[in-house]
Amino acid sequence: MAEMTDTKQATGILASERPREAAGSRDAGEASEEGGWDLAAIRAQFPILSREVHGHPLAYLDNAASSQQPLRVLRRVERYLREEHANVHRGVHQLSAEATEAYEGARRSVAAHAGTRDPAEIVFTRGTTEAVNLVASSWGDASIGAGDEIVLTKMEHHSNLVPWQLLAGRTGCKLRFVDVTPEGTLDLDDYDRLLEGRPRLVACTHVSNSLGTVNPVREIVDRAHAAGALTLIDGAQAAPHMLTDVAKIGCDFYAFSSHKMCGPTGVGALWARRELLEEMPPYQGGGEMISDVKLERSSWAKVPHKFEAGTPNISGVVGFGEAARFLADLGSEAIASHEDTLKRAVFERLDEIEGLHLYGPREGRTAVFSFTYGDIHPHDLSTILDQRGIAIRAGHHCNQPLMDHYGISSTARASFYFYNSPREVDVLCDGLAMAAEVFGGIA
Amino acid sequence: MIEPRSTTPGTIDREIPSSLNQLYQEVILDHYRKPRNKGQLDGATHAITMNNPLCGDVIELMLRVEGGTIAEARFLGRGCSISLASASMLTGRVRGKSLEQALELSRKFTHLLHGDGALLSDDDLGDLRTLAGVSKFPVRIKCALLAWNCLEELGDGTDADGGSG
Repeated sequence: MAEMTDTKQATGILASERPREAAGSRDAGEASEEGGWDLAAIRAQFPILSREVHGHPLAYLDNAASSQQPLRVLRRVERYLREEHANVHRGVHQLSAEATEAYEGARRSVAAHAGTRDPAEIVFTRGTTEAVNLVASSWGDASIGAGDEIVLTKMEHHSNLVPWQLLAGRTGCKLRFVDVTPEGTLDLDDYDRLLEGRPRLVACTHVSNSLGTVNPVREIVDRAHAAGALTLIDGAQAAPHMLTDVAKIGCDFYAFSSHKMCGPTGVGALWARRELLEEMPPYQGGGEMISDVKLERSSWAKVPHKFEAGTPNISGVVGFGEAARFLADLGSEAIASHEDTLKRAVFERLDEIEGLHLYGPREGRTAVFSFTYGDIHPHDLSTILDQRGIAIRAGHHCNQPLMDHYGISSTARASFYFYNSPREVDVLCDGLAMAAEVFGGIA
Repeated sequence: MIEPRSTTPGTIDREIPSSLNQLYQEVILDHYRKPRNKGQLDGATHAITMNNPLCGDVIELMLRVEGGTIAEARFLGRGCSISLASASMLTGRVRGKSLEQALELSRKFTHLLHGDGALLSDDDLGDLRTLAGVSKFPVRIKCALLAWNCLEELGDGTDADGGSG
């Protein structure tokens, strides 16, 4: 019931939400060049994009770290808190029923985003990190023993590396790592060699958070299955940009986060095949996840609730569901098309800059760009750009082994999302020019 | 809605904010690009490596203490202009001081970074005063203090052994 009222906003942008001054803006003109992508109207959905930073319009280019939330999500969460909040799954009263419907409605929306028809295959977690930890603890502790092998890659975010290191510490299993080519793609020949060790699991990122590389996950999964391994795909950097289709990918586990796809922080999802979830032991114990509790033993609730111990982050989940519907209304093809425009603009402008080195492949990538600029350290770049209102990330991006692989300690990273404008690429280039000036030239 | 800044080729507005000019003074960039006392220190009596896990900056500080006096200080490491310039300046300023005096300098430098303007006239700080601009950039204070954290760790260790000069 709670979900039905949202269909009024299903077309995405309400006319009343468009600020009048945007109507004739250059952003609007720019949008018409892109065949229907009304960038001004989309940006108007994100109030934070209108703020200034250090006297300059904000150019938010740190989307790979966390994206911004549209009014639709903010309002849905507010409405839930103002009108529908109670604990879920346990009350008989009206509010509890509404809260439960809002929560389970969000599960259906997130399931649709992941490409499964079975919402019970979606387990809500605190985020991608907890989703990976859940698999490493529940499936890993039950299935992995000393000498077993797990194949990871050298481009994993620490969240898809450290949980496996911990599992290795508990079980004595061995971790193997697929090499990364100089272009920033996975070395699939090396992968084939590692599969000869008959690993139990292949855990691999869908999209690299620092290189932007879109990995051939279908191919990776097929080869893993042929070698008898299960597969976990870290979708944190993919789910924001594309409708995920777990059936097409064919993987066994898929993890992603709300806050990188226009939803609130502190919530994410693990998708897993239902039969796997049914076999796996609980991850945490507590309320919500039980069927029957005696003093000495208990039996577990059905999936997915078996894995959702305690009162969940209900408002966060409700916002997550709204974010998934928002992205579905925008359409993943339209999102990808606009991001292609941004990528072209980045290559066109940043290639011209002497001393600037872009990491990652030219094709088969998302609009996240790691770069170095002469001898200006990424932190200095970030400080200087911030003074122009440009938010980029500097550091190792939770990718220390990958940085070691390239012989660097950090990069600057500009990551774009569908609400960024090609003009913000120009703003970035101006900022870089200023950085060169501050440093008295590029060495 | 506020539009992103427009750019017309040839008329790029890149007026540098004064806060940036104060942060990236020539002397700081000179220490960054031509660090003093960078390299291994033979016969070091004290050495420690510290990193900033958030950004990956690493500094190894080495001291040769003779008769209670820092006879030589050198460093190795990687990092941003602020952390490396600060390390470079540190190695110059602490030479000839007792560890206790060096720790006093560290305290003064920390106060300077937190905006204590009175210290701008303290000659003991020397060219370290050019780093006062960091006080306007609170997230960068940890960069400027990385080498000094090394010094304080070394000083604490010496105190514990009762060997402080």
